[in-house]
Amino acid sequence: MNIIEVQNEIVEEFSLFEDWMQRYEYMIELGKSIELIDPSNKVDSNLIKGCQSKLWLHAELKDDKLIFKADSEAIITKGIAAVLLRVFSNQTPKNIIEANLEFIDKIGLKEHLSPTRANGLLSMIKQIKYYALAFNKN
Amino acid sequence: MAFDVNKIREDFPILKRKVNGYPLVYFDNAATSQKPSKVIDSIVDYYSNYNSNIHRGVHSISQEATDAYEDARKKIQEHFNVKDSNEIILTSGTTHSINLVANGFTNLLSKDDEILISELEHHSNIVPWQMMCEKNGAKIKVIPLTSKGELNYDSFLNLLSKKTKLVFVNHVSNALGTINPIKSIISKAHEFGAAVLIDGAQASSHIKADLQELNVDFYTTSAHKLCGPTGIGMLFGKKEWLNKMPPYQGGGEMISEVTFEKTTYADLPHKFEAGTPNIVGAIGFGMALDYLNNLGFDSIESYETELLNYATNKLKEIPGFKMYGEAKHKTSVISFNIGELHSYDIGTILDKFGIAVRTGQHCAQPVMDYFGISGTVRASFSFYNTKEEIDYFCKSLERAVAMLS
Repeated sequence: MNIIEVQNEIVEEFSLFEDWMQRYEYMIELGKSIELIDPSNKVDSNLIKGCQSKLWLHAELKDDKLIFKADSEAIITKGIAAVLLRVFSNQTPKNIIEANLEFIDKIGLKEHLSPTRANGLLSMIKQIKYYALAFNKN
Repeated sequence: MAFDVNKIREDFPILKRKVNGYPLVYFDNAATSQKPSKVIDSIVDYYSNYNSNIHRGVHSISQEATDAYEDARKKIQEHFNVKDSNEIILTSGTTHSINLVANGFTNLLSKDDEILISELEHHSNIVPWQMMCEKNGAKIKVIPLTSKGELNYDSFLNLLSKKTKLVFVNHVSNALGTINPIKSIISKAHEFGAAVLIDGAQASSHIKADLQELNVDFYTTSAHKLCGPTGIGMLFGKKEWLNKMPPYQGGGEMISEVTFEKTTYADLPHKFEAGTPNIVGAIGFGMALDYLNNLGFDSIESYETELLNYATNKLKEIPGFKMYGEAKHKTSVISFNIGELHSYDIGTILDKFGIAVRTGQHCAQPVMDYFGISGTVRASFSFYNTKEEIDYFCKSLERAVAMLS
């Protein structure tokens, strides 16, 4: 599936929920089955800055696709990371660079985009895009 | 006077608002307090009726503004029982105040001198001193904590020596609520000829400090912690010290005569008040003190202690609840974790229920390191919170834990 298809799928899933509690419960569930980063990659250089909880992100190029793995001390952060990984992992660097972020608002997580929030969502998206830029050059 | 919390809540417009569809439950008072209409109205009144620059104008509204600004200084002087109003410097807050003193001591200390800083301090009472020590070579020694979140008083006594020149302790810990025995710390430090700066930011909304009785050398606080506006605070300093210290910021107001060859400085307090001050902030600060004194600090303290005990007992019933900071004397702050859950997760879900708490390290990383934790959830109560809010908080916390487990 390309990025837009994944985003639409996620938006549809979240639209089934009536209130914030169900959305958060689903996100927490998604976090439990995230592509877990290898413990050997849980190093300081893989930490996303700007997070109140520790959030690690690792990127690897496999064939022409970027594979992301992550982990966090906080469950909700892990859930948000899981949503982002579903959208951006296993995609080409070029597609990641060109992707927009409208889906975040559509699934009711817009508040997490505010820079005052301590969850590093913005930082994580930035880091994903940086990786894509770096791997795109090669 | 009977403490009618519901009547008091009517003084605070923000308490009527909703968050995410739920009534706001504001338990982040240690971060900043809410403001009563009296304070808010005084700000609107200033800008509507007599806004003017102060001290030098000859016209009428400049005089009115100057009187109001200096009246505020007098209110602060009276509130803290300070002998001379020239010893009250109006600053932009505690952080500014501490930096001002650190700057003042840069050339007064050298590499043979030691300063004692408590492990409980907020970063604003650590970093400026580290920066000062980089310049003058003085050494920092740390007064350690105990497992109850109190200062290890015996260690403090052992650290004091002829080399000790300054001692820094907060009156109340923002991370844990511990009330420190500052009167005895000050008198012991003085036996060794050391000066003491007490960070009163967290204390001032709960405790009315008598600075003459304490005989403290420096005391700082921020108005926004005690129902006043942001951007204004005060530094009390004994004249003898303030006169030894060079100015912090140069500019207008703090001068006596200016030529390009030489400039002389103004007397206290203006020497340390460069530029146009936060005039409206000072007025709001004074109003906030009036408001609190009208309620009475004894009533405030006794009600907040009731809330603290009520909340602590209820929270202890939640499985996995662990509280940090079990000092014998505490203000109404509860810093805690639940099991292995990260404080960020709990705070995020509580926010969805309309409850405002603070999560993380609370600008007190040494405290967090001491307990070996990444952070805590901090609920801090004020005299306008209620037991019903605490009941709701506990129920919501249980729901949050269920969602996260």
